[in-house]
Amino acid sequence: MLTDEERREIEAELVRYPTRQAVCIEAMRIVQHHRGWVSDESIRDIGELLEMSSADLDGVATFYNLIFRKPVGRHVVMVCNSVSCWIMGYERIREQVTGHLGIEFGETTPDNRFTLLPIVCLGACQHAPAMLVDNELHGDLDAAKVEGILEEYK
Amino acid sequence: MPTERPLTQAILSDGQPLSLQGYERSGGYQGLRKALREMTPQKVQDEVKNSGLRGRGGAGFPTGMKWSFTPMGEGSPRPKYVVANADEMEPGTFKDRYLMEGNPHQLIEGLILAGYAIQADVAFIFIRGEYKLAQERLARAIAEAYTAGYLGKNILKSDYALELYLHVSAGRYMCGEETGLLNALEGKRANPRAKPPFPQVSGLWGKPTIVNNVETLVNVPHIIEKGAAWFQTLSHTRDAGTKLYGASGKVKRPGLWELPMGTPLREILEEHAGGMRDGLRFRGVLPGGASTDFLVEEHLDVPMDYTEVQKAGSRLGTGTMIVLDDRTCPVGMTSNLIHFFAQESCGWCTPCWSGLNWARQTLAAMEEGHGESGDLEKLSFQSKFWSPGHTFCALAPGAAEPLQSALKFFRDDFKRHIDEKHCPWRS
Repeated sequence: MLTDEERREIEAELVRYPTRQAVCIEAMRIVQHHRGWVSDESIRDIGELLEMSSADLDGVATFYNLIFRKPVGRHVVMVCNSVSCWIMGYERIREQVTGHLGIEFGETTPDNRFTLLPIVCLGACQHAPAMLVDNELHGDLDAAKVEGILEEYK
Repeated sequence: MPTERPLTQAILSDGQPLSLQGYERSGGYQGLRKALREMTPQKVQDEVKNSGLRGRGGAGFPTGMKWSFTPMGEGSPRPKYVVANADEMEPGTFKDRYLMEGNPHQLIEGLILAGYAIQADVAFIFIRGEYKLAQERLARAIAEAYTAGYLGKNILKSDYALELYLHVSAGRYMCGEETGLLNALEGKRANPRAKPPFPQVSGLWGKPTIVNNVETLVNVPHIIEKGAAWFQTLSHTRDAGTKLYGASGKVKRPGLWELPMGTPLREILEEHAGGMRDGLRFRGVLPGGASTDFLVEEHLDVPMDYTEVQKAGSRLGTGTMIVLDDRTCPVGMTSNLIHFFAQESCGWCTPCWSGLNWARQTLAAMEEGHGESGDLEKLSFQSKFWSPGHTFCALAPGAAEPLQSALKFFRDDFKRHIDEKHCPWRS
């Protein structure tokens, strides 16, 4: 079941678009904002509200890498692996992050604190290598900095 | 004479966004006032056409001409849409983020003027999900613009009305492709659409739609306020205006600079970026993001504009360049680029999803010492199918540019990987 708040937020979007389907990506973002991810149940509930089949909506959901169809940890760490960061030392940063967290890309720490994902160019190339933790961008990374940054997220 | 920097000179150096008042004090919204007071939509289109402004998102299509294909007048289909493409995801590109975070109202004014020029009813800013700070600043600026009467009904007491919405995307490079973006806005997978029909005739929900890059749009208020002739004087060459150039990689001072269009590559890399870091030598550069051909030492005196970079065998693209040094493996760099394109392929066209994935595996194997004789010929052959006409959109053609040029300029490095059965850059 969608909460009243989720429903209200989704319906507020409907006035901006001529079709209900157009709101579906924003609707999934809203649910994900509240719950951390988009479950099969949420796909069904959003689909009902927007008059889309679950299959159609899941087809959209799985196209977009920022829609999470699996549960994620309290903090999502996204390490840029595109070309400028690669030149500036992405592989060392990746080793540092995976070593410190004890997980690989696509995994979540057992204490549910962090999920680690690769991300395409974050548009911070003058500060490469860079990573995004939740909503915060961290640039000019070096191996020594990474641990301190991650420790700020409890 | 000091160089004029219309797009960035008002941006604050402390990282804070320019406020509405600050923007107005710097001449902001004067272009819009002038257009609504004394210019017809056709006149606005003509001024932009005469200015010679070309699209700053990478393709370089003349902006005024793009607008001119929109049906105008009584009986033209409604609503019409105008969209700012703020889905900056071309690897190595970080210019639109700076423009939006530093001066959000400048983009809003540009979008309103573009909307007025084609008599649009609704505007969207389509921004990538990772650009959180730009989203916050744009959302606040849009609310301010409504309160100040720049958006909504009867803009500045005129008959013109425009609603502006911020659409936050959920990822994928394909969303920056014009027709993929339209599908994304309609709540679909961002596969490309066949052209024709072009979006100006049949875009969002089948209605006339224009899509312009952020840097393109922020030029428009200045062109309208100061005129097409002024805009022509800003550049060093026949392609008009200024350009945000950037450099990343192992240069001394990676960064972003607004300079006259046509500034030579050497000046950007050596004066503005400070040259290579000590002990490193320049080997090559992707002049305008990941999907442009490598240029090398012999090209350093090329003026960075659309015409001259094309003559040199590459593209100006986004104008934000990625520098390759002599301690970085060109095969590894190419492998990283092709990995990106293969991952971001939407799966719509076979030469793209299948061919790119095959090339990704071949290059990764070469990096691991498993390259085989004949790989280079096969890579050349395969990438010929990534050209316009074999695919719906520019993703695969964009991937072919760095690969084919790397095979040309760094062929010995590829051969060494195959012959020596390991990457010579790895100890």
